Amino acid sequence: MDLTLNIWRQKDAKSKGRFVTYQLKNISQNCSFLEMLDILNEQLIMQNQEPVAFDHDCREGICGMCSLYINGRPHGPDDAVTTCQLHMRKFKDGDTIVVEPWRARPFPVIKDLLVDRTAFDKIIQDGGYISVNTGAAAEANNILVSKTSAELSMDAAACIGCGACVAACKNASAMLFVSAKVSNLALLPQGKIEAKSRVQKMVSKMDELGFGNCTNTYACEAECPKLISRSNIARLNREFFCAKIA
Amino acid sequence: MNSSFLKFSSITKKIWMAFLGLFLMLFLLVHLGINLCLLRDDGGKWFNDASHFMGTNYLVKIFEIILFGGFFLHVFLGIVLQVKNWMARPVRYKVNSKSTTPFLSKYMIYTGVIVLIFIGIHLMNFFFIKIGWVESPVDMLEGGEPDFYTAAEWLFTQPLYSIVYILLIIVLGFHLNHAFQAAFQTLGLEHKKYTPAIKIAGTLYSIFIPFGFILIPIYFLFI
Ligand code: FES
Repeated sequence: MDLTLNIWRQKDAKSKGRFVTYQLKNISQNCSFLEMLDILNEQLIMQNQEPVAFDHDCREGICGMCSLYINGRPHGPDDAVTTCQLHMRKFKDGDTIVVEPWRARPFPVIKDLLVDRTAFDKIIQDGGYISVNTGAAAEANNILVSKTSAELSMDAAACIGCGACVAACKNASAMLFVSAKVSNLALLPQGKIEAKSRVQKMVSKMDELGFGNCTNTYACEAECPKLISRSNIARLNREFFCAKIA
Repeated sequence: MNSSFLKFSSITKKIWMAFLGLFLMLFLLVHLGINLCLLRDDGGKWFNDASHFMGTNYLVKIFEIILFGGFFLHVFLGIVLQVKNWMARPVRYKVNSKSTTPFLSKYMIYTGVIVLIFIGIHLMNFFFIKIGWVESPVDMLEGGEPDFYTAAEWLFTQPLYSIVYILLIIVLGFHLNHAFQAAFQTLGLEHKKYTPAIKIAGTLYSIFIPFGFILIPIYFLFI
């Protein structure tokens, strides 16, 4: 398939960026989106031009490194996949594809399509853990966990922290991410001990970093490659409310 | 409104928004109940009696202060939250979002501003007359009280006013449609079994309220 790519190019964090158009020919439908960008970059290198910088690591949909806002959707036109798992068969011959970096004040562009997602790490550092000394693995049945809680917690733990929720939200809110991390721990006995302080610290960090406020449009849920549910946001609100009044 | 209020966390502000929103929704039911008295063919007796009660009862007067306070806080918080949301994305996307979201959820601030303007007009036409800030367009009642029935009749028999009123009430319905279920989500009241029922209740409420209010101009225009 032949494609026209309209890609955001920005030399570094301080420079002004712009869209640059590239033509690509004979791209296989079986290519992944990132492989298609690899082909583009090889061509650019051959032409002595600067390749397009973009984030990736595992290319298996598990690390959360890949990003890209493709034709108006984070991770592109497929549902419940990361960009690295998106295939070119989702596009048609002759398509124009606009590729933008995540746009949010707390995710500044480093270069081209790379954004700095340290803000998520900062939120995690402010309570997104349990304070235990690691040692030998304890006997699994010492602390009983109901199946429902275990499953809900595991569902929340599926969040890979890619930032698509922030990118999709019209308010650049990080509520889905924070709620997944809060839920993941708050649902388990080990996480309950620090639940009250954790939720307050993580929310205040989220606010401080400049993420927007949730207005319940649920674009985050619609675009999450790991199908994190909005019910986590309700749980976050509940946890926060209870922590404040208790 | 002191600046410490601004320092409350995003979720605290949103929880207040939700509480106040639900409170205002309850008030709308009371307001509609009074307005429907206009439809009684009694020369406005029921309506003017209800207006008299609302204007003189001490409990209602206390409630009125809470209502206005709550309303302004709801508006103030809505604006504060929205400004932060705009600031959170200084560089916009080139391609508009194609994410699937409930249509009305994206326009809450706009429908909210339209409702605010509507309430401003509405206060001028009724409440400000009651407190003497605006002169009544029609003669007073014998006891010197405003004749709200005749004032309403005078307004709603003007087609332009009625059409604008109907359009604005429809926008209010749009605002309520998303607001109802969003308030429950913000308050953390989400449940596999009950949330679908809350959504249906919200949709019905957001149809029922505008429908009830719109009956009044239609009654005065056509009946
Ligand atoms: S590169 Fe690891 S999730 Fe896409």
